[in-house]
Amino acid sequence: MLGERKMREIAERVLSLSAANQTEVIIMSEDSGLTRFANSYIHQNVAERNVGLRVRAVVGKKIGVASSNDLSQEALERVVERAMTIAKLQPENPDFTSLPSPATVAEIEAFDEATASFSPEDRAKAVGLVCQLALNNGLIASGAFTTGAGELAVANSLGIFAYYSTTTADINTVIMSDDSAGYAAATAWKVGEINTEVVGAEAVEKALQTRNPRELSPGRYPVILEEYAVADMLETLAYLGFGALAVQEGRSFMVDSFGKQIMSDAISIWDDGLDPTGLPMPFDFEGVPRQRVDLIKGGVAEAVVYDSYTAGKEGRASTGHGLPAPNTYGPVPGHIFMAPGEASKEEMLETMERGLWVTRFHYTVPVHPKLAIVTGMTRDGTFLIERGEVAYPIKNLRFTQSYIEALANVELVGRATRLQQSWFGGVRAPALKLAEFEFTGATEF
Amino acid sequence: MRELTDRALNVAEIEGATYADIRTVRRENQSIVVKNGKVEALSQDENQGFGVRVILNGGWGFASSSLLSLEEVERVTALAVEIARASALVKTKEVDIGPPIVYSDTYSTPVKIDPFQVPLERKIELLLAADAGMRLAEGVAVAKSNLQFVRERKGFASSEGSFIEQEIIESGGGLEATAVGEGDVQKRSYPNSFGRHQGTAGYELIEEMDLVGNAQRVGEEAVALLTAPQCPGMVTILILGATQLALQVHESCGHPIELDRVFGSEASYAGTSFLTTEKLGTFRYGSEIVNITADATIPGGLGTFGYDDEGAPAQRVPIVKDGTFVGYLTSRETAAMLGQESNGCMRADGWNRIPLIRMTNINLEPGKWDFEDLIADTDEGIYMEMNKSWSIDDKRLNFQFGTEIAYQIKKGKLGQLYKNATYTGITPEFWAGCDAICNQKHWNVWGTPNCGKGQPQQVAHVGHGTAPARFRNVQVGVMK
Repeated sequence: MLGERKMREIAERVLSLSAANQTEVIIMSEDSGLTRFANSYIHQNVAERNVGLRVRAVVGKKIGVASSNDLSQEALERVVERAMTIAKLQPENPDFTSLPSPATVAEIEAFDEATASFSPEDRAKAVGLVCQLALNNGLIASGAFTTGAGELAVANSLGIFAYYSTTTADINTVIMSDDSAGYAAATAWKVGEINTEVVGAEAVEKALQTRNPRELSPGRYPVILEEYAVADMLETLAYLGFGALAVQEGRSFMVDSFGKQIMSDAISIWDDGLDPTGLPMPFDFEGVPRQRVDLIKGGVAEAVVYDSYTAGKEGRASTGHGLPAPNTYGPVPGHIFMAPGEASKEEMLETMERGLWVTRFHYTVPVHPKLAIVTGMTRDGTFLIERGEVAYPIKNLRFTQSYIEALANVELVGRATRLQQSWFGGVRAPALKLAEFEFTGATEF
Repeated sequence: MRELTDRALNVAEIEGATYADIRTVRRENQSIVVKNGKVEALSQDENQGFGVRVILNGGWGFASSSLLSLEEVERVTALAVEIARASALVKTKEVDIGPPIVYSDTYSTPVKIDPFQVPLERKIELLLAADAGMRLAEGVAVAKSNLQFVRERKGFASSEGSFIEQEIIESGGGLEATAVGEGDVQKRSYPNSFGRHQGTAGYELIEEMDLVGNAQRVGEEAVALLTAPQCPGMVTILILGATQLALQVHESCGHPIELDRVFGSEASYAGTSFLTTEKLGTFRYGSEIVNITADATIPGGLGTFGYDDEGAPAQRVPIVKDGTFVGYLTSRETAAMLGQESNGCMRADGWNRIPLIRMTNINLEPGKWDFEDLIADTDEGIYMEMNKSWSIDDKRLNFQFGTEIAYQIKKGKLGQLYKNATYTGITPEFWAGCDAICNQKHWNVWGTPNCGKGQPQQVAHVGHGTAPARFRNVQVGVMK
């Protein structure tokens, strides 16, 4: 860890080296470890210490970006020079307005010393518990346990300097027998909030329950989606359509939908980088304070997130969702929450006449992004429900389904939520009971 | 570099490691993206560091750092040893990497034109011309084009005595036209999807692509798709174009032959494989005309190199021979478990990642057909080309892929244009239905620069040699 003072000093040195009209510098540092296990033993155990420096130089309306992970004076000079040279070589981008101006960043707590100092031995002991649970039940364990600390500082020549430090801990496991598998996972920024025995026990129970799966014909079924599957849906919707550039380019399902009811009134989805029950991050990669943005409220399409570039195009302010420059994909919400409901998973089960219980999805990809039609597989715990009870485990099915249509047919929303790690941050989601979901294929296990 | 590597190997030996290796990597990337007449992104990135891998008490340890100094090498090597000790706390067997491999050598990608010496202005000019070409088609909402160049210099030294230095150079580029209609978005790419085609080559590869010459057609096809009918749902004959077949080979052959997956190393993330070891040498993977080879030596392939990241030399090995499954992609450790020697497939995504078994160039060997003859020989079916969506189950059996464009085949001719084309199947059943593969004239090694695997995820650059091929009894048109 470099610390705020050192990062500020590097940022000031970089800004003083630049002769561009506007300059932005992003400095990141990471110190992390990952213990991976398979066949109930540790097969991969790694540690990484890295830093990163990214400079965006603006000359008129020409923008150049260069980066390095070398923080020597010579490298800083080289990166600034390179960003300037690149900027000067290209034509002007008339859509660019300005780098953002300073604004007050909220103080948040996102760093936990116990997580930062969690050792390889600590991780090995935790993983050992999961492996032992599996072995005790005649099963085999695989998974990964990550702990780490990171820092981010963003500064620009308009006066922004923002810094925060954070920690993360994440464990996921798949416990298997010859013909079954169960999954469980947990994420927190405090490793003390993760109970590896509970995680292991959940996956073991699923692996035991899914033995001797039977075939089931694909078709339309009511479904109970556990939190893992719902988080996958939210993450997919986030990158497909909850960013301003996706709307500006006409590829988002939110186009022409603002103010309209597009999902069930039981569904509210928002992004909040300040919520301590997620993986908090108080500002974005442009140093702009993150704002809570209500994306879907009571099923109504409310808003999308902006960075300074997409906000500038519409003459509005960034919501603090910029990614590191250069970013051609546009802003993406990274701290997503779905509002919990009143139901327990037991109530969902008891009220289902005939349908499927899905633990998680696998390999979900958009087939038609604008309609949010996605295909993927079920995995690690799929069951047929009959008359309010689990009838038997089933072999995994492929679905091809519009997520928007699925979320328009919500029957119950779970009262408990789980935090999952995502590509851009975290997703906290409840379980859902949906009136129908279209399964279009089946596999052999 | 030698001073750093020697220090790491000495520290590892003193600490009691029974094996150690160190990799130093310096990677430079240049990326240019043009969108709707504007340079949307232009960046030049450099990244360097080293990673130390050790075996101690029968367990693996790996640690890495971006700081290239002797003191840091000592700290990181000691940390790798500490991690290996922790790994040994949870083990069911001792790590065995087989007999020593010792090479002292250098390797450089052969290039005609060093892409980093080509002026940026020339590259920008090329993309702006291609961008304008795409937007000649009325209705193109987003025209996007890009060029990517990579230079990776890496060194490898092991406690067994290997010392290898390599320079890998990659060039890539592509176009993408997106047309937006009422409630619909359609896309066409060239020469491949995922933004670009890429190879281990110099700027000559970009010149061969003729991006400008193809731009207007790409734009027009995207617009035409908006009003095309939906691909109908049926079981029919399917002819796949070469780039879609590259993706098919990647997902349904390339991943399930990774021997670490077979042994469960990826079980919790990407999954395992249906190609379990008792099937080796006997399992009928496809029809008798299906021959698949892993070839890390083919010139220009994106998965071409001199040595892998364990110091094993690049090789060409059979995977499927006359339809029978005969080989895996291996590492030293997994090969030893089968009583074999590594066929050189361990690669790491940079200095801060541990090597994993990755595809090299997984090639469907060419057949005998001319493409025109193949279409003429097909009475009724669908032709699909260029990947748009891809999903496959965690044992690599049930897949569903979508393509950017499709045409009806009727009485030996390409006819009606279709949009939103999809097809689905079970891997060995699908390959069993392969009854024709086009010849060398239509064959090319396509680069896949976005192959993900591992935790933390590592992105590998791999290649697939393919020519168009025909498949019987395929379910198409899954999306209603």
